[in-house]
Amino acid sequence: MSELRFDGVSVRYGGRRRGMTAVDGVDLTVPEGTVVGLVGESGSGKSTLARAAVGLTPLSGGRVLLDGRPLPQRPGSRPVQMVFQDPYSSLDPRMSVGDSIGEALPRGTRAGERRREVARLLELVELDGDRAGAYPSQLSGGQRQRIALARALAGRPEVIIADEITSALDVSIQGAVLNLVRRLQRETGTSMLFISHNLAVVRYVASEIAVMYLGRVVEHGPAAQVLADPQHPYTRDLLAAVPDSAHAAQRVGDPALSAVAAVAAADPADPHAPPPGCRYHPRCPIGPLVVPERDVCRTEEPTVEHRHAAACHFAPALLRGGD
Amino acid sequence: MTSTTAGREPAAEARRDLAAETLDSPWLRFAARRAGRLVVSLWVLVTASFLMIHLIPGDPVRGALGPTAPASLVADRRASLGLDDPIALQYLHYLRGVLTGDLGTSLATRQPVADIIGQRLPPTAQMAVLAFVVALSLAVPIGVLMGVVTRGGRARGGELAFSSASVVLGAVPEFLLGVALVYVFGIQVGWLPVAGRDGAASYVLPVLSLALGPAAALARILRVEMLTVLRADHVRTARAKRLPAARIYLRHAMPNALTSTITLGGLLLSALIAGTVLVENVFAWPGLGSTIVASILGKDYPVVQGIVLVYGAGVLLVNLAVDVVLALLDPRSTIKDS
Amino acid sequence: MTTSPLHADPAPGPTAVGAAPPRRSTGARRWLAVLRTPVGAGAGALLALVLLLAVLAPLLFSGRAEAVDTDHVLEGASAAHWVGTDNLGRDLFFRVLVATRLTVGLALLATLIAVVVGIVLGTAPLLLGRRAGRLVVAAVDIAVAFPGLLLALFFAVVFGVGMTGSVLAIGFAGAPAFARLTQTLAAGVAERDFVAAARVAGVGRVRLLLRHVLPNIGEPLVVNATIGAGGALLAFAGLSFLGLGVQAPAFDWGRLLQDGLSGIYVHPAAALAPGVAIVVAGLAFNLFGEAVAKGIGLTTTAGVVRSPRRAAAARAVQAAQADQGQPGTDRGRRDGRPVLDVRDLTVTFPGAAGPVRPVRGVTFAVGAGEAVGVVGESGSGKSLTALAIARLVEHPGHVSAGRLDLLGTDLRTGSERSHRRLLGTSFAMVFQDPMTSFNPTQRIGRQLAEVAEQHSGLSRARALGRAVDRLRSVRIPAAERRARQYPHEFSGGMRQRAMIGMGLMGEPALIVADEPTTALDVTVQRQVLDLLQSIRTADDVALLLISHDVAVVRQVCDRVLVMYAGRVVEDLPAAELTTAARHPYTRALVASVPDMSVDLDRPLPVIPGRPVDPAHQPPGCAYAPRCPLASRRCAEEDPDLVDDGNGRRVACWHASEVRAGDPTPGAVPVAAPGAIGGRA
Repeated sequence: MSELRFDGVSVRYGGRRRGMTAVDGVDLTVPEGTVVGLVGESGSGKSTLARAAVGLTPLSGGRVLLDGRPLPQRPGSRPVQMVFQDPYSSLDPRMSVGDSIGEALPRGTRAGERRREVARLLELVELDGDRAGAYPSQLSGGQRQRIALARALAGRPEVIIADEITSALDVSIQGAVLNLVRRLQRETGTSMLFISHNLAVVRYVASEIAVMYLGRVVEHGPAAQVLADPQHPYTRDLLAAVPDSAHAAQRVGDPALSAVAAVAAADPADPHAPPPGCRYHPRCPIGPLVVPERDVCRTEEPTVEHRHAAACHFAPALLRGGD
Repeated sequence: MTSTTAGREPAAEARRDLAAETLDSPWLRFAARRAGRLVVSLWVLVTASFLMIHLIPGDPVRGALGPTAPASLVADRRASLGLDDPIALQYLHYLRGVLTGDLGTSLATRQPVADIIGQRLPPTAQMAVLAFVVALSLAVPIGVLMGVVTRGGRARGGELAFSSASVVLGAVPEFLLGVALVYVFGIQVGWLPVAGRDGAASYVLPVLSLALGPAAALARILRVEMLTVLRADHVRTARAKRLPAARIYLRHAMPNALTSTITLGGLLLSALIAGTVLVENVFAWPGLGSTIVASILGKDYPVVQGIVLVYGAGVLLVNLAVDVVLALLDPRSTIKDS
Repeated sequence: MTTSPLHADPAPGPTAVGAAPPRRSTGARRWLAVLRTPVGAGAGALLALVLLLAVLAPLLFSGRAEAVDTDHVLEGASAAHWVGTDNLGRDLFFRVLVATRLTVGLALLATLIAVVVGIVLGTAPLLLGRRAGRLVVAAVDIAVAFPGLLLALFFAVVFGVGMTGSVLAIGFAGAPAFARLTQTLAAGVAERDFVAAARVAGVGRVRLLLRHVLPNIGEPLVVNATIGAGGALLAFAGLSFLGLGVQAPAFDWGRLLQDGLSGIYVHPAAALAPGVAIVVAGLAFNLFGEAVAKGIGLTTTAGVVRSPRRAAAARAVQAAQADQGQPGTDRGRRDGRPVLDVRDLTVTFPGAAGPVRPVRGVTFAVGAGEAVGVVGESGSGKSLTALAIARLVEHPGHVSAGRLDLLGTDLRTGSERSHRRLLGTSFAMVFQDPMTSFNPTQRIGRQLAEVAEQHSGLSRARALGRAVDRLRSVRIPAAERRARQYPHEFSGGMRQRAMIGMGLMGEPALIVADEPTTALDVTVQRQVLDLLQSIRTADDVALLLISHDVAVVRQVCDRVLVMYAGRVVEDLPAAELTTAARHPYTRALVASVPDMSVDLDRPLPVIPGRPVDPAHQPPGCAYAPRCPLASRRCAEEDPDLVDDGNGRRVACWHASEVRAGDPTPGAVPVAAPGAIGGRA
């Protein structure tokens, strides 16, 4: 029940020459009791940001604040917990699920109380309490994710970070885990940072959406608004790329497609060598490759004084036929 | 790369660019890294060789000369070997000696160790290199062929026969194999000489004893490597392209098994270098192996030190060669190396 | 080459924990299962014999081993002395037996030292800080470069000859290899998410090591220790043989061997007997270790992973799980002749409990220029169907079909060679993982050109020219430069496009794409799908697209085949997937996938239960256990795929009961916890 704030957070890997900046000066706030969806593709830095928040990756710059207080850098029984993507490697195969959950309980919990807590947590994630003695190999992927959720809740965290928690599950099982996440969040009021590459899933769970590209947040706002009226070209491209969506249908018949042919086949950017100026300009359908006068995109980084904090020189003004 | 701008010599500019590119190239960085590692390893080797003597409990000279030698002789010998100096000074002397080629003198024969090594190194090196060639010539074709033949669970009988044979052969240590060969060829049929180094025929049994066990082990590993490579996605792609089988095996499967083959080849050569110690003792081969054993038993420590250095340096050079060959062959490895 | 430290560096590759399959029997049962294999039983028995001798032989036979008999010195084998006598007339056979204890005991002791020191050094980097840890790793790296025997000689000098010295020497000589193995294994485990989760939960380093890392690397360590014991035994024999090991009057096999060697010309048995003992005992340790490794599912570099049968079944299950669903339609018959005509396709794998059929009786056709999608989840068989059509299912899998025609040619008959040209030019396949589908050691241009050289008879130069042209047509910028690059220099999306380009080197009439965009980002996915569309329209190429993503299939394809448990359960136009699907599974599947218009106020529909395991397909309709419309007939009889006359097919006894506009049966909105059993 607290606010998590990323204040100019940067994470850099490798040396000076051949290193890369996975997260570059990110300012993001997860307000108390809300679910913020963090969307991005590979190389966006969203997973790195998550790991930095829980202390698994050291920060190269900036701070992570919980209710205004900086989080200690070393991982401990922290108020920020995480649920991981792969249900098959997030539980120790040699420990019973009850023990895995129990390990995350606050220190000094006595044995009897521990057992009761574990049973309570199992019921909370809709599993039978007597499954505490089961081993992960006896459970399905969806069940394991529930255990992972229970473990994250065991430490009574103030913020939970969910990193692609349904991406590795079968399609027909994702729904169950998503329903559970929604219900739990509403009941406990825990703040949550929900990371996913799947916009439809994020829309279902989150009330705010932040979009990351190449280590920066390029748009952030209320979910419904960001999805209905995206301000940044990358967000628009993401929405259009969702298969079979209304946005996609718009683009397919678009006669102005030839204008964006120059960027249609553009490569995703290399995080090791980000483009100068606005990082999206080599792929931007309203950028200098399509509209040659927009040289500013090549040289200057955009500020965020736009609607939805969109990091684009030309938001919200849009080119006709260019979206 | 360069454009001809007015007033500029394109060739000179190209050369400048090339120089800049080379200095920054991953190759040079790799070479520098690798050379650094070699130097450090050599230094560790030399230091270990030096410490070897000083870690022995008791007095090495007394140990070498025996308990009945007069104390004055022991004291003289100690002084002549500089064993009474502080240890740091001894270390510096030793380092200087190694760098200038002076490895001390034998306690037993008073011969310079460098000379002894000079005499004994060629027979050992010849045996090791020959054994290496023989082992590779046997293991690579057989291993690869068996991999192709037994892929996907085919030829189960063949797999069983091959596995049994290679396991048994690989489990027999080289000195036992040597003894067995001595028995069969030396005693029973008497075709080949079983002791000493005297003419081409005398090489046969020692080289075989040294090579056969590791060859069998290598063939086993290569077969498994081939099986793994044949299951790889890119081989499936090659099959989907409907290329002829031979081309798939030779052009798409084998080169990818080559990397591990080379790594294993390096390990093999290192193992063979070590194995010479045992085989030389079976066949009374006048090489470093028999010398080092005699020196250890006779507590002739300077000789032991010198030979340890030679063996160690040989192994390190083999590792270096393997790394270089790998870097040349695999376009990804220099970039991944860290 | 794990036979002995004297042979080579032990464990040129570490014995690693294989990825755990979800349902694995408990540890004890697996170890017992090892003993049921012939190798495991044999080696186990041999090892037991050796250990038994080690314990009992001195108690029983030391009298006879020590009995000096100066009348029968250095004799050969005889009835009284089976192997002969030594220079003091002692019976060699019993000496060999009695020596077992010393030999094996010393070997085990040395192994213990090696393992303990190795584990300490190997786990130190996890406990120490960054600097100290890196120093330890570097030191081990240097030590590991030297073969075991050299290290043993080194330590033998330091510790002196004789028993204690040799034990210490061999122990310390074996430690670097164990340290390296432990390091690698521990690092592998430490990367896994459950360790990260424990760290986030506040677990300290020591507890992390003891509770999480060590138990998960225990098995490979034990196996390697067993193999290492064999190596130590051989090493000891070697040292004793050289005279550096056990000294008289104690005797082990190596010592006996050395004693016997000097008289080998007159008295070979004296040398061969201990030699045989050494080999047998070493083999026992090694084979047992490897059998255990194989039996409990570890990979070793010197042995095969699993028995081929189990591997095949495992692969079938994996392939089936990677499947999701395959649309397929019967109707695409333009110009009368379909590009692909499949009837009753079945793929069979041998399984532990009888044959497994991940694909059963699949029937469909693809017309010229038509796009057919195949949709489904784990166990549906869709990927395997594609592989079977492409004739890429290898032994021990077996493909059978009533009809399998590509452009009128029957692919079932004839050798591979006769179909090579047809399949190489008219048929293109795009696989799921662009990262691994290209040969990493060859340039992209060459790999594309190869197709034209082989099948179209083009010269090298012209084939390369065509390759560049195709790369351009799949919108790879700077195609000429790119053709000279290696696959690792391409991004994932570009590799996939290059893959498509490779398929275009011939003039394909059909492209089969197996999950071509699953591993790609959604914006890159869009590019690849757009590309496939444009190729279709430009060259009238038919497309068979396999995907788990219903939305992708809906967007790209004309018709959709839905697969479940190896069968096609529905065949309908893509546009009708959301509106007019009749099979309960199709409707449930479509409903349970959240899209951008799903109702935010209600819980997502969920299909209770789990997808079917191909090895355990129920009789009757495979979907019945999860279907709310299921009746007794469904559990007993498997419905046929029935054509309704309009080109739509469905396999359900209750299909006619479902009307458009019905709330989706089969997908249950989860209203309250505990409402439904068998929760996923």
